[in-house]
Amino acid sequence: MSTPLRLKELSKKEDLLTGGHRMCAGCGAPIAIRQVLLAADVPLVAANATGCLEVSTTIYPYTAWKIPWIHSAFENAAATISGVEAMYKALKKKGKIDRKIKFIAFGGDGGTYDIGLQSLSGAMERGHDMVYICYDNGAYMNTGIQRSSATPFGANTTTCPAGRVIHGKPQKRKNLTRIMAAHDIPYVAQTTPAHWRDLMTKVRKALEVDGPAFINILAPCNRGWRTPTNNAIELCRIAADTCFWPLYEYENGKLTVNYKPKEKKPVTDFLKTQGRFKHLFSPDSKDLLKQAQENTDHEWDKLLREAACWAEETGTTEEGK
Amino acid sequence: MKLKGWKELEIGAIIPEAGNAEQYNTGSWRASRPQWIEENCIQCLFCWIYCPDSSVTVKDSKRGEFDYGHCKGCGVCAHECPGKKGKKAIVMVEEGN
Ligand SMILES: Cc1ncc(C[n+]2csc(CCOP(=O)(O)OP(=O)(O)O)c2C)c(N)n1
Ligand code: SF4
Ligand code: SF4
Ligand code: SF4
Ligand SMILES: [Mg+2]
Repeated sequence: MSTPLRLKELSKKEDLLTGGHRMCAGCGAPIAIRQVLLAADVPLVAANATGCLEVSTTIYPYTAWKIPWIHSAFENAAATISGVEAMYKALKKKGKIDRKIKFIAFGGDGGTYDIGLQSLSGAMERGHDMVYICYDNGAYMNTGIQRSSATPFGANTTTCPAGRVIHGKPQKRKNLTRIMAAHDIPYVAQTTPAHWRDLMTKVRKALEVDGPAFINILAPCNRGWRTPTNNAIELCRIAADTCFWPLYEYENGKLTVNYKPKEKKPVTDFLKTQGRFKHLFSPDSKDLLKQAQENTDHEWDKLLREAACWAEETGTTEEGK
Repeated sequence: MKLKGWKELEIGAIIPEAGNAEQYNTGSWRASRPQWIEENCIQCLFCWIYCPDSSVTVKDSKRGEFDYGHCKGCGVCAHECPGKKGKKAIVMVEEGN
């Protein structure tokens, strides 16, 4: 039986990511990864794309991982773990292994939205029994805050620096979660570590399906976001409350929005907490803030409309109950 | 940990000892230190689930002391701690005082 999703019960489990890793103080990624590992009640084998998580949890000769874990390169975590999964299936067929094992890949937004996208897309299309987890901190943080296709509109990074010519990133974010949903795989979801029960429920669903699953997790980076070290969780909450980062899931293609803020906060509530958006609050940047709000509204409205269609079709309420 | 010479290294940079980062001290990174005030604690364990460094110890579902060998002093636990009647059960104090 799986561990009930209550902190008192979960705290009896062994932490599979130890302290002593070298991610920055207050980094959101290890919070998310600890929760992912705690959610699983089956043995896991993981691959990790290059990035802060991979580099800082395995500085030789140390590793913070208590599960079998492999790093090969930046662009191919999904290909690596799909190979391991294929080998497992072959060994199982030959009767050389009988344990149930699940396979998981971790990648940052650079490693997932950008350079690893084709290996991820391929692994999903081939239908491997694996879960891919993207921790999205909105830039290539490990190499010094370069923009990625996940970087939000207007964010200041070292490769789209806010100044007289451009005002941070001129383009909007790529919506990777929906691209993964378009692969028509059994499970796709988006969540944050502030919503730990939502995150863990989604990890369990992803592990339960027989086939590929994808989860996108918001993971604040205080170095890149220009924030204090103590508020990664609060930022995740604000991201959901402003609908900058909606919580939703696709189960066999059916969309459910898991969290609808009682009062949708303006996206400026999210932007103003972070130094990377500071320039957007200068008097001559009103248009940019308007654009940021429109981008958020557009994505949110699209989600709601699609979820409403599904609810109508399946005769459920929009919450999927 | 004594560093190995190249002849003793495992092929493929394998690290055979799972979770040996526990032997590495990151507590020395701290600029401020979380302090637990037990009488204000409601045992919600939010500090435990939100710590990036697995540095809140819990035994039999009850929180214990901080693991100061690994805690980096980020302050996430103190920020998230609801405490009792508006009084935090975790406060951050400057290190070295
Ligand atoms: C093929 C290749 N190109 C570039 C690099 C350098 N590199 C290492 S980590 C990294 C950034 C990773 O960004 P992301 O995936 O978003 O993870 P984060 O560091 O932000 O957690 C880059 C560019 C590399 N290791 N391999
Ligand atoms: S640079 Fe950002 S993502 Fe990387 S370890 Fe530091 S806080 Fe975390
Ligand atoms: S200060 Fe940060 S690292 Fe230390 S126990 Fe609190 S959350 Fe964990
Ligand atoms: S968050 Fe605060 S109240 Fe909750 S268990 Fe930790 S110290 Fe106690
Ligand atoms: Mg990144």
